[in-house]
Amino acid sequence: MTAQDTTPALRARAMASLHRAQAPHQSGAPAGKPVRRLPVQKDWPIWALVAAQIGILLGALSLWEIGARTGWIDAFFWSQPSAIAETMTVFFTTGDAWTDISFTFRSTIIGFLIGTTAGSLLGLSFWWSRNYAAVVQPYVICLESIPKLALAPLIILVFGIGLVSKVAVATALTLVVSTLTAYAGVKALDPDGEKLFYSLGASRLQVFRKLVVPFCLPWIISVLRVNIGLALTGAIVGEFIASQHGLGRAILYAGQTYDIALVWVAVLVLSTLAIVMYAAVSWVESMLRKGVRQ
Amino acid sequence: MSSSAPKLCVADVSMTFKTPTGAFHALAPVTLSIPQGRFVSLIGPSGCGKSTIFNIIAGLLEPTGGRVLIDGIDATGTIGRVGYMLQKDLLLLWRTVLDNVILGMEIQHVPLRAARERALPLLHRYGLAGFEYLYPNALSGGMRQRAALLRTLLFDTDVILLDEPFGALDAQTKLKMQEWLMQLWSDFSKTVLFVTHDVEESIYLSDEVHVMGTRPGRIIATIPIPLARPRVRGSVLSGEFLAIKERCLELLHLDTTASQAVNEAA
Ligand SMILES: Nc1ncnc2c1ncn2[C@@H]1O[C@H](COP(=O)(O)OP(=O)(O)O)[C@@H](O)[C@H]1O
Ligand SMILES: [Mg+2]
Repeated sequence: MTAQDTTPALRARAMASLHRAQAPHQSGAPAGKPVRRLPVQKDWPIWALVAAQIGILLGALSLWEIGARTGWIDAFFWSQPSAIAETMTVFFTTGDAWTDISFTFRSTIIGFLIGTTAGSLLGLSFWWSRNYAAVVQPYVICLESIPKLALAPLIILVFGIGLVSKVAVATALTLVVSTLTAYAGVKALDPDGEKLFYSLGASRLQVFRKLVVPFCLPWIISVLRVNIGLALTGAIVGEFIASQHGLGRAILYAGQTYDIALVWVAVLVLSTLAIVMYAAVSWVESMLRKGVRQ
Repeated sequence: MSSSAPKLCVADVSMTFKTPTGAFHALAPVTLSIPQGRFVSLIGPSGCGKSTIFNIIAGLLEPTGGRVLIDGIDATGTIGRVGYMLQKDLLLLWRTVLDNVILGMEIQHVPLRAARERALPLLHRYGLAGFEYLYPNALSGGMRQRAALLRTLLFDTDVILLDEPFGALDAQTKLKMQEWLMQLWSDFSKTVLFVTHDVEESIYLSDEVHVMGTRPGRIIATIPIPLARPRVRGSVLSGEFLAIKERCLELLHLDTTASQAVNEAA
């Protein structure tokens, strides 16, 4: 830019050429840069989004049904929506639906609670002694790297085919995650924070209760949602291996007897259970977060 | 214990840290004697051991040699004897300002309600009215320092140690906080040991300034500040003030050049 550029006449010319460039059919400014505008996306109203989602679902289901009836899809392997709906009614009216749901639900929740609590306490306990932490840490890391699901057959052997063994698998999956996360919180603690407490004459227990625990709570809370998913996985795998009840067993049994519609029903129910538990834990998490203010 | 014994006495305290690269002599024997009710500053370049002295006085660090006496009684390595405000405000983010301020009392097993009742009027008097039930994240830097300082004061010890409390504040806020601190000091009649690397701040606030040098950390000069109290901002420009300031700056400068010479010789 030279000083001349700023004379009014030149500026007016520059403006004019700018305007010309903006006109759609005008390419009269070959030397100028192409004029671009910020791309704007218009948001659809919420009802339109929901309508689109439902539309896709209904479309897919109809295609599936039509495909199965015309023989284009093999209904023996894939079943079909109408058969699934029928089986669903049977499952809930005359079948074991509620026994199975409650069995899977209980083993998941109990495993989740035990694993999360015990893991968090174990992780926090590492604050008490650096030596103890140094000794135990390699074991925790080993435990983490073992695929816990591979141990599931052993766990079932030890704890039997009842609820306890499913709880044990769910616990094994959640425990290590919670331990490592709580320990990460402990390691992130500012040593100066401890100094402050000790300068006020605090005891170890006071530092633990008033500093370490509240400081690590956000860490502990942050794994709740991950853990509920892991606990459910553990419970289902436990049921796959040996069980008399549960949605996992229902899926396995239906598959073995080629009752594909029942497989779909059990999977649907299981997904619903998973979503409900996930939503509940998310809600608990947000409540806790408000409670601990971080 | 005679009544003329200094409130706080640091007697020949030295500190050598063991580091992976060998012993690090951080403090040469340092001696300080501070009478009741005084405001005393330590100034010195960063790394000269100011925070180390504070950690030793507060009992958080066992000195390699020497003793710390409070009221003439050996207090080396005992915690909870002095109020100590560390370089960071260290407010607990999950507690309201009120509950942060009463932390010291809470740790000393004062019932919560009594502690809060004691703290509330002070929060109101010393510029934290309306902030009592807010969380620290909602506070400005100056307000956080106020809360941290009140926490230290409410711990209710005769001696308080302030480690660069205003180091991170902007110039304007800093001046305001200095006035505020003067007010607190005259209201509470505490014995204050104050660390800063702002020469003007140390002179303006103190009865006595100890200038420290590095390698190893030691006191190279003790400068009494005979300026009348209460002090006013204008006194910063008086000839007497400027003369003291010049002297301090010179001492600090001499120390840097001296330690450079030592380094080059080594
Ligand atoms: N725990 C420690 N181990 C080893 N060296 C330390 C330790 N604490 C402090 N130091 C060293 O001692 C010196 C003084 O530190 P410090 O008292 O924090 O200085 P200041 O507060 O005056 O800036 C610094 O050189 C620092 O690196
Ligand atoms: Mg320091």
